Amino acid sequence: MLEALLVMALGSVILGGALGFAAVKFRVEGDPLVEKIDAILPQTQCGQCGFPGCKPYAEAIAKGEADINCCPPGGEDGIRKLADLLGREFKPLSGEHGIEKPKSTAVIDENICIGCTLCIQACPVDAIVGAAKQMHTVVASLCTGCELCLEPCPVDCIDMKPIPENVESWKWKFPVFAIQSRKAA
Amino acid sequence: MLRQLFSFNGGVKPAYNKEQSNQMPIAVAPVPAELVIPLHQSVGGTPRPLVQAGEHVKKGQLIGDPDGFVSSSVHASTSGLVKAVEPRLMPHTSGLSALCVVIEPDGKDEWGEISPMPWRDMEPDDVRDVLRDSGVVGLGGAVFPSYLKVNPGKQGHLDTLVINGAECEPFITCDDMQMRERGETIVRGAAILRDLTKATRVLIGIEDNKPEAITAMKAAVTTTGESRIEIVPVPTRYPAGGAKQLIRVLTGIEVPHGKRSTDYGVQCFNTGTAYAIYEALELGRPLISRIVTVAGNVETARNYEVRIGTPMREVVALSKAKPDTDRIVMGGPMMGFAMPADTVPVVKATNCILVGSPTLFPPPPPEMPCIRCGECARACPTDLQPFEMYWFSRAKIFGKAQEYNLFDCIECGCCAFVCPSRIPLVDYYRFAKSEIWAREKEKESADVARKRYEYRIDREEREKQEKAAKLAAKAAETKAKLAAAGAADENKALIAAAVARAQEQKDRG
Amino acid sequence: MLNNSPFVRKPASVQMVMLKVLAALLPGIAVYVWVFGIAVLVQIAIASITALVAEATMLSIRKKPLRMFLFDGSALVTAWLIALTLPSIAPWWLTVLGVLIAIVIAKHLYGGLGQNPFNPAMVAFCALIVAYPQLMSQWPAAGFTDAAAELQAIFGARHLDAVVMATPLDALRTALHTPEAHATVSGVFGSNAAFGNIGGKGWEWIALGYLIGGLWLVQQRVVTWHVPAAFLGTLGLAALLANLVSPDHYAGPLFHLLTGGAMLGAFFIATDPVSGSTTARGKLIFAAGLAFLTWIIRVFGAYPDGIAFATLLMNICVPLIDMYTQPPVFGYKGRDAGGRP
Repeated sequence: MLEALLVMALGSVILGGALGFAAVKFRVEGDPLVEKIDAILPQTQCGQCGFPGCKPYAEAIAKGEADINCCPPGGEDGIRKLADLLGREFKPLSGEHGIEKPKSTAVIDENICIGCTLCIQACPVDAIVGAAKQMHTVVASLCTGCELCLEPCPVDCIDMKPIPENVESWKWKFPVFAIQSRKAA
Repeated sequence: MLRQLFSFNGGVKPAYNKEQSNQMPIAVAPVPAELVIPLHQSVGGTPRPLVQAGEHVKKGQLIGDPDGFVSSSVHASTSGLVKAVEPRLMPHTSGLSALCVVIEPDGKDEWGEISPMPWRDMEPDDVRDVLRDSGVVGLGGAVFPSYLKVNPGKQGHLDTLVINGAECEPFITCDDMQMRERGETIVRGAAILRDLTKATRVLIGIEDNKPEAITAMKAAVTTTGESRIEIVPVPTRYPAGGAKQLIRVLTGIEVPHGKRSTDYGVQCFNTGTAYAIYEALELGRPLISRIVTVAGNVETARNYEVRIGTPMREVVALSKAKPDTDRIVMGGPMMGFAMPADTVPVVKATNCILVGSPTLFPPPPPEMPCIRCGECARACPTDLQPFEMYWFSRAKIFGKAQEYNLFDCIECGCCAFVCPSRIPLVDYYRFAKSEIWAREKEKESADVARKRYEYRIDREEREKQEKAAKLAAKAAETKAKLAAAGAADENKALIAAAVARAQEQKDRG
Repeated sequence: MLNNSPFVRKPASVQMVMLKVLAALLPGIAVYVWVFGIAVLVQIAIASITALVAEATMLSIRKKPLRMFLFDGSALVTAWLIALTLPSIAPWWLTVLGVLIAIVIAKHLYGGLGQNPFNPAMVAFCALIVAYPQLMSQWPAAGFTDAAAELQAIFGARHLDAVVMATPLDALRTALHTPEAHATVSGVFGSNAAFGNIGGKGWEWIALGYLIGGLWLVQQRVVTWHVPAAFLGTLGLAALLANLVSPDHYAGPLFHLLTGGAMLGAFFIATDPVSGSTTARGKLIFAAGLAFLTWIIRVFGAYPDGIAFATLLMNICVPLIDMYTQPPVFGYKGRDAGGRP
């Protein structure tokens, strides 16, 4: 009886020691969580989540201070990825932060623009070029569609235009034959 | 002379149906009432339009200027009036439109200024520029700008230049007929490519189901007297005409995905491309027409020389489509794409207009579950595990699909051809690939946005500090000025103190 | 909506594959009838009807298209394999129970055609042999072809004690496992009526029937050579080595290859694509492991034949085998001139 106990005790000590050693020795230095979360966020820096940018939101999620469903530009897809990463339950996008919209870019109506530079100051990614009293324009390829330039514009000359699908960006759809055949039968 | 040939794994033997369209000589398709020339016809950037509505253009005039390193020029394929530069329906499955130059022919078909290029005396880079400006792209269907491929590689010369006349897709005979009728030009074009790439030998691979083309090409080599060019019949098996598969068959070299074939001392051009290169350099003619096979559900299947921009409907009309026609396919039955309408124009990629009907191409039977029988893996010419890729693509686990080498897939369709469960496997791969591309693009732009945002934050911080520093400096300056007045008295006091100390020491001593 | 390329397809279907498998079983069945009487045909009929009813029920519960799946033939293949592996004079309800286990539990509860990780027929066989070891080892004597008596046995009217006997494999193992009997292989062969010239009276002919059908399947490209070759090769080799070491205790390769379910296993059970390995090397490993486990269970185990248990054990290993045997893709083979630079 005593022998058995001793053997078991010894075994557990040895195994525990080995596991502890392995944990220290083979520790995987992973990306800090904030970086991983930030990598999933769409980087529009729009602030719709209530934080001043994607990184602060990522930090808040990592600390458990914010929910994962506050990012409208990331959409359901983004929430799903966050849920996967953090092992949390998927939730639909919370309505108070906005709704998921098709990807758009800002377009300045050049006839109305008065060259006030307010939008240039508001743009988080410096995608608007121009100078005081000169007409401004949006560099479409850099625009993240955050809409932060809309509000400061005193003459309402900025519009959000959805990015049209073209031959290059067109995507093959998920094959649907399986569903059709099921209906047919 | 017997050459040792190699083989690739997999492949299938579909019904070839080539005798339909290779009975009659190539006919020249008439100039249509309206030419619609898409600007985006090759891999890479969309050329910028150089003409405006109302302008008159000559045949062969540059109308689209290459944009970026990977891009190719576009030319007017006849003389006439530019009616519009506007988005038109593209020959693309998506049914989307893109910018096209619409030309109303004036009936004169007048060439602009063209002259032969003294390419032998030109720098290689200049020859490449000529090819880019002539709009020569791969005419086998991939439409990769040829000037980027006319390149001797790192070693400074190629061991083998492969000219691809295999034409393994069923129904298509455009290369076959061109080799039969215009073999000499192709051989001369191959010779130009041989000299430009400094290739030791040129192997022209032709599937052995085209004996007439093989004979014609062998005769052409003799007549032209070109050396180091050899016609090699290769066994008929789809997809022997895939560039990598043909390189493998002829040289034994397997070029891995994502690697340049020139790194292995090989390069591959289509026979039609060799023809176009001859025309561009020796005659100075840009690429404005190509040979197109019209086959399938038509009365008289045949090959036509068609001006780029001719609506497909007009070409099909020459062969008379049968009444039960339900679709127009660009390309062959294995890899072709269904067109959104028959009004789309013939482009540089159009090797075949395949007219379909429900009897010729019956709708796919219902898809059954995969039973992992492995037929697809045995048919795959790139040694992939199609059912695994299918499984993960279907489940949208794209990372796993990529681990099973999804991007090595050439979409040849062999797997779907043999699948007993009739699964549209290639559709799943196309879906997964375009999803992955879209995601990568999204991620790239997010990374750019993040970087720019961080830079902006840094800049704002720096500006704030600079401002603060400037303010502080100014404040210090004012303070210094104010203090300057009192400073003189202070100095006097110090001197007095020093004098006093000295006096003290003297007194002691 | 029109489909995308390829627009042409080979005239192949799951149904065709399954029908070829059924056709390939026919020579074996014919010999079976000649050796053991028509009872097996009755069993096949019972199993087929049960399988179709079970399949239809499960399909309608799972809201799957009935017409498309019911006649794909996969349920029939499972049913026939169960009928052929159970004793031909087993009571009817045993066959029905086996088929129900296979179709309902092993197939549909795992997701139906193409989704089952275990070979359904072998799941059924294992369940039955654990639950009803007595009934599962009662075979008629070879040459007993009294149809009326067999039918009465199947439908429970009469017990066939007089003609019932263990299979040669079972008899040999029991004798060798009884220490006080001091049995030797040759001794058992000589004294027991079940043993014929090679694999047991009649059994070797049935095995040959399966072999002929199996070779036809290979020729038809329904199965590749890998699984049968690795299976028979490994089983033969294991038996040969053991036989060389101690001929008195271990039967030779011919006996092992031509008795019990070896041939059926090599060509019809281990080749099940759904639950088996998919890569060429994987198939060799899968079948070799399967054969080795079969031999171990036959010689050292407590059950009459080992194929069923060995199959399930190897089915578990399939994902691992597949993961480690992925063939190199085009350009990465390191053979000939090309390959990784």
